[in-house]
Amino acid sequence: MIRVYTSSVIDASADTVWSRIRDFNGMPQWNPNIADSRIENGEASDRVGCIRHFHTRDGGMIRERLLALSDYDYSCVYEILESPMGVENYVATLKLTPVTDGARCFAEWSAEFDCAEAREQELVETIGDRVFQGGFDALKAHFRK
Amino acid sequence: MAPPWQSAPPEGARPSLGRPGGRPVASAVLQHVVRSTVIDAPIDRVWAVLRDFNSHDRWHDVVAESRIEGNERSDQVGCVRSFTLSDGNRIREQLIALSDSEHKSTYCIVEATVPLQRYVATVTLKPVTDGDRTFWHWESTFATPPGRERELREMVGRDVYEAGFVNLRRHLREGGDRLGPGAAAMPSALPLPSRSAVVRRYGGPEVLQPEEAEARAPQNGEVRIRQRAIGVNYLDVYLRKGWIPAMLPLPGVPGMEAVGTVVDVGAGVSGLLPGDRIAYLGQAPGAYCSVRTVPSEWVVQLPAGVEDDVAAATLLKGITADLLLRDLGRVGAGTRLLVHAAAGGVGLLVCSWARRLGAVVIGTVSSEEKARVAREYGCAHPIVTREPRFAEAVQAQFGGADVIVDGIGDAARDENFKALARRGHWISLGQASGALQPIAADQLVQKSITFSRPAVFDYVATNAHLAERAQRVWAALADGTLKAPPIERHSLGAADEAHARLESRRTMGALVLVA
Repeated sequence: MIRVYTSSVIDASADTVWSRIRDFNGMPQWNPNIADSRIENGEASDRVGCIRHFHTRDGGMIRERLLALSDYDYSCVYEILESPMGVENYVATLKLTPVTDGARCFAEWSAEFDCAEAREQELVETIGDRVFQGGFDALKAHFRK
Repeated sequence: MAPPWQSAPPEGARPSLGRPGGRPVASAVLQHVVRSTVIDAPIDRVWAVLRDFNSHDRWHDVVAESRIEGNERSDQVGCVRSFTLSDGNRIREQLIALSDSEHKSTYCIVEATVPLQRYVATVTLKPVTDGDRTFWHWESTFATPPGRERELREMVGRDVYEAGFVNLRRHLREGGDRLGPGAAAMPSALPLPSRSAVVRRYGGPEVLQPEEAEARAPQNGEVRIRQRAIGVNYLDVYLRKGWIPAMLPLPGVPGMEAVGTVVDVGAGVSGLLPGDRIAYLGQAPGAYCSVRTVPSEWVVQLPAGVEDDVAAATLLKGITADLLLRDLGRVGAGTRLLVHAAAGGVGLLVCSWARRLGAVVIGTVSSEEKARVAREYGCAHPIVTREPRFAEAVQAQFGGADVIVDGIGDAARDENFKALARRGHWISLGQASGALQPIAADQLVQKSITFSRPAVFDYVATNAHLAERAQRVWAALADGTLKAPPIERHSLGAADEAHARLESRRTMGALVLVA
């Protein structure tokens, strides 16, 4: 099992950042890597179990299922059902924690998955640096004071 | 209410594990206090302070005195610390959970002169990977006497946690955690598994074999390092061949330098902490491994701007270039400098540094391709020769060499004498072609020649000297005076291949083993 962990500090309260990222169907609105997104079968995007179907900017199609959503912990857990990345058993968590001294929050994005051994390094870098850090960079730019 | 201090169990009667102590509950609703912040320091450095259950009197103004009861260690789960606060209050707290993997410490009050009841607190650190900082989360739950909830929540949240954030920041900024022995005890007495490339008999590259090994816990004056990049030097080849058996008795592990992160430090070590990114250079071999325990005297801090493999490729070689050019060659504007193996690890560094000093840089290389690279690094006059034959060209074009940096050894001996200018200086750095036959004093007098045979380790015998020279190398890399050589990477398990490549004379620049 490979684990990727990326964390950052974003200059806005956890409530504010959460309202921007909570929508499981809302990635195109905040993550520049994502071209479009829809929820399959017309379900609500905050119904645990719903499936989002989206395309990355480079044309890859990904389907992910929402496994957990907590407005109390500011966290969301999802798994990949289908993707061009060549990963198995991929489960990721995106979580915010308030930083009490100042209007900022601590953001963590982590994933665990299996893959061919030869691809470990490449996938860790793609997921950690491009996908997760890329998302954080977009949020940081949006909320920059 | 009666002060709990008086009715509590006597010191030494350790409370049972995991049961928060305290007085009967006065208020049914538990108070919950959470405070968090971001500290501008790597998590290992912050954790080294916070995991020590007995450290607070060194950094938190609220705590005047702290000690661990019963002579237990401060990382012993179940140990009890006794605080005297700066306002005279006293608190005894028990460590009920400690996790180095989660960077988490949980403790409870067993008795106190302040009315905090059923108080359980947890400190959690998390790395901010975006910037190498630390997120610090501090929370607790407790009960209070009726009517005092707000007052006590404020006391805990503001006077203890928030003040603690400010105090720890100041402590780290002032380097309080780096002061003196014992300030950052991170004892992990167990050996750690390591992988080594071992020489069990002297011979060709194939005698270097990977083996499982252990790195023992650091003792007095030592640090243990998780290594990421290991510099390969020609000295390692001599050791492997058995040319200097006193330096590498069998079985032995070659390697003089590496780059990595401090895992833990022994007693009596100051200025180094777990998590510090460092490089080291030592006079005893043993660097071909993944985890190693070395004297802290060998270790220097690594600036963030110098990458692991660049540091491993330039520490020993750059320091060698520094002493060749500054101390021995006294190379300056117009010095005619002849560098053998100019496209090698040391050669390229010497060329690029000498060019900046204004020297006329001449070099010997074994191929056109190497001539091209040497030229790129500042060797204005490469001579391609495999013989080696160069004296005639050096005399004809430059009237001789003022300084020769020679790693070839005996095969270049006669040519070196011919190539030297009057009062020239032959610096014999290595003997890749074989051991130099004795040099007669009479031969030197013919041109007033100086002959030097330096051992780098005599020039970095103290940590201050090592740090000063390393700093010159890092600074020269940073301002472009020194151009990092091309680096060829091999895995530690393939050290034999790295040696075969180095001896094949097909490599350019420096070789680095990746642990």
